[in-house]
Amino acid sequence: MKETIEFLSFSDPNVRFVVIGTMILGATAAMVGTFSFLRKRALIGDAIAHAILPGVCLSFMVSGEKNPLGLIIGAMLTGWLSLFLIDAISRTSKLKNDAAIGIVLSVFFGVGILLLTSIQQSGNAAQAGLDHFLFGKAASLTKIDLMIFSGIGLFLILVVVLLYKEFKLISFNPDYAKSVGLPVKLLEFILATITVLSVAVGIQAVGVVLMAALLITPAAGARFWTNKLSSMIIIAVILGATSAFFGSYVSYIAPSMPTGPWIVMFLSILTIASIWFAPKTGMLAKFKTRSQNKKKMLLENILKVFYHLGEKEEDFKVPRTFEDLKKTRNLTPSELNKGLSQLKKKNMVRKSLDTWMITKTGLFEARRIIKLHRLWEMYLNQRLKLEPDHVHNDAEAIEHIITPEIERLLEKELAFPTIDPHQSKIPYNES
Amino acid sequence: MEAFWIILTGSLIAISCGLLGCYLVLRKMAMVGDAISHAVLPGIVLAYLFSGSREAIPMLIGAAVIGVLTTILIELFYKKAKLQIDASIGITFTWLFAIGIILISVFAGQIDLDQDCVLYGEIAYVPLDLWVSEGGLNLGPRSLWISGTLLIILLIFIKISYKALFITTFNEDFAKALGINVAFWHFALMGSVSLTTVVSFESIGAILVVAFLIVPPSAAYLLTHELKKMLLLTSVLAILAAIGGYYLAAWLNGSIAGAMATVCGIEFFGIWIALQVKKLFSKKQSFKHELQPVE
Repeated sequence: MKETIEFLSFSDPNVRFVVIGTMILGATAAMVGTFSFLRKRALIGDAIAHAILPGVCLSFMVSGEKNPLGLIIGAMLTGWLSLFLIDAISRTSKLKNDAAIGIVLSVFFGVGILLLTSIQQSGNAAQAGLDHFLFGKAASLTKIDLMIFSGIGLFLILVVVLLYKEFKLISFNPDYAKSVGLPVKLLEFILATITVLSVAVGIQAVGVVLMAALLITPAAGARFWTNKLSSMIIIAVILGATSAFFGSYVSYIAPSMPTGPWIVMFLSILTIASIWFAPKTGMLAKFKTRSQNKKKMLLENILKVFYHLGEKEEDFKVPRTFEDLKKTRNLTPSELNKGLSQLKKKNMVRKSLDTWMITKTGLFEARRIIKLHRLWEMYLNQRLKLEPDHVHNDAEAIEHIITPEIERLLEKELAFPTIDPHQSKIPYNES
Repeated sequence: MEAFWIILTGSLIAISCGLLGCYLVLRKMAMVGDAISHAVLPGIVLAYLFSGSREAIPMLIGAAVIGVLTTILIELFYKKAKLQIDASIGITFTWLFAIGIILISVFAGQIDLDQDCVLYGEIAYVPLDLWVSEGGLNLGPRSLWISGTLLIILLIFIKISYKALFITTFNEDFAKALGINVAFWHFALMGSVSLTTVVSFESIGAILVVAFLIVPPSAAYLLTHELKKMLLLTSVLAILAAIGGYYLAAWLNGSIAGAMATVCGIEFFGIWIALQVKKLFSKKQSFKHELQPVE
């Protein structure tokens, strides 16, 4: 508890550097990553992260010192090169995009490891800390790091805000963007550049392998909450920053814990929770709608059974046994039982002894569904010129979906027909 | 002698990875291979923990299970949550890798694994870990025996299931029509990939496995259309990368595994550039033909 208060009070300057630094990195990576995600380039971020390593090493070998700006320039050069090569390989050979990404990623990383180990063996004392690019150094961020991160973070935000409309267009519809005269190639280049830049700084927090998560996982989670790009970016940024906060918290109260992996852990948990619990598009919401639809279809189908039996005998008030109902429409006993008891609750059927009878309300509903079914058959037959023996299955599915608006349109379009293509009467409820 | 052991072990691992990689590249699943190679990390750590040593059997079982689990997770994200495939892959492997690193930190005192080793292995130590029989007979490096066994198992697997793998790789629908269990072969292949990753892990690390899995097969694929030739060519390129990598590392005094991956890249980009130049040249020639004056 004492540690928690210490952490939250921000009294320790190191805590401030670590928390604010990782939050800036998490937030900017999430912002830029949203565009990578939407442009289906999630794994390219992974490739850039790996490709940055040889750039950092080369920059060090050339300059002989760990000048942060120099390292970032080196990182950006090889990051760009990797993007160019991925594009060139998949464009000029029969290799697919994913193979191209895999090749560039592993080869660049291999070269990076070779250079890094070679530098480490060389005995140059200045090299200590270069391997922070491998695993991140979130726990030992300093004031200078913080200043660089905030500067780059502000720059990235500025670029995204200024070019928001353009980025939106090339993410969703590059062809359209081209046709209205936008410089798509240049915009893609700018987007690639800010991606490389955010990877180059973000990698210092979580390391090579986990950088991809910082880019795409928040965007993937945010996708489940909204359909609007601006809200999606904001949600992704919140997810990224929150995970960074909790990640640094864990490594503060348990110093042996690595910050980067914990940030990714929180990100993954938040995203998986979004996938499950987000309203409307989340898995649970989807399951719920699906089971509701299934239930609705079952009830409507049972009502139709009553109607068909009654229609044949020209008397809807005849009580039906369980067996009668079951065999007319191949329902399983448990389905039928469940459906009947729910219909009874809605006062659409009545039970007396072992027989079931449809009520007035039930009959009203049954007529409506039968009418929709037969109207649709009529429509397919008359307007789409389908043979009468081809229309039943389609109508069987759509009868549960047709809204009152479409119902009215159908009636008007077909001028209230009385007989369907199979010569059955179309029942209308008196309104 | 040390050089020989390292090159031999490297070659065996590179061939094993390359053979499987041919199928990954042809199935357009190169990045799934990448994901599995990262995702086996928690499996390896847990196996270390439970068996208390580098016992081969629990490690292999753990790895195969995690490998298949990874593919299932990716498919869940992709098919059930309707996330696009690249994001599904990215989220899955980073998450599992993060769990692996966290487990290493939690049990740091109990397992002999460090982060550097995870990323690029320690093939240089292969000759140090000798397998000495009870009678005191020196049988050579332990890794050599393990990777040799792996290669033999894979060769038998590919030989026996050559036809099924061939058909499911090139025409999944046709395979289904023939009654072949496509899902089984998919998981068999993924299981083998994770098995290979684990065996190669100690020597070359998680990420350089990917280089051996994807790069030589891709280079071979540029040169041939035939699967048999591709498998053969991949093996040749793999051996060359192992030899070249060793000497490159010796020259630069760096990581051998990193150097082997570098040589894989040199092979690939060499072939690719040569083909581009050839294409350019033949284009120019056909252009000349077109410019013949019309009589």
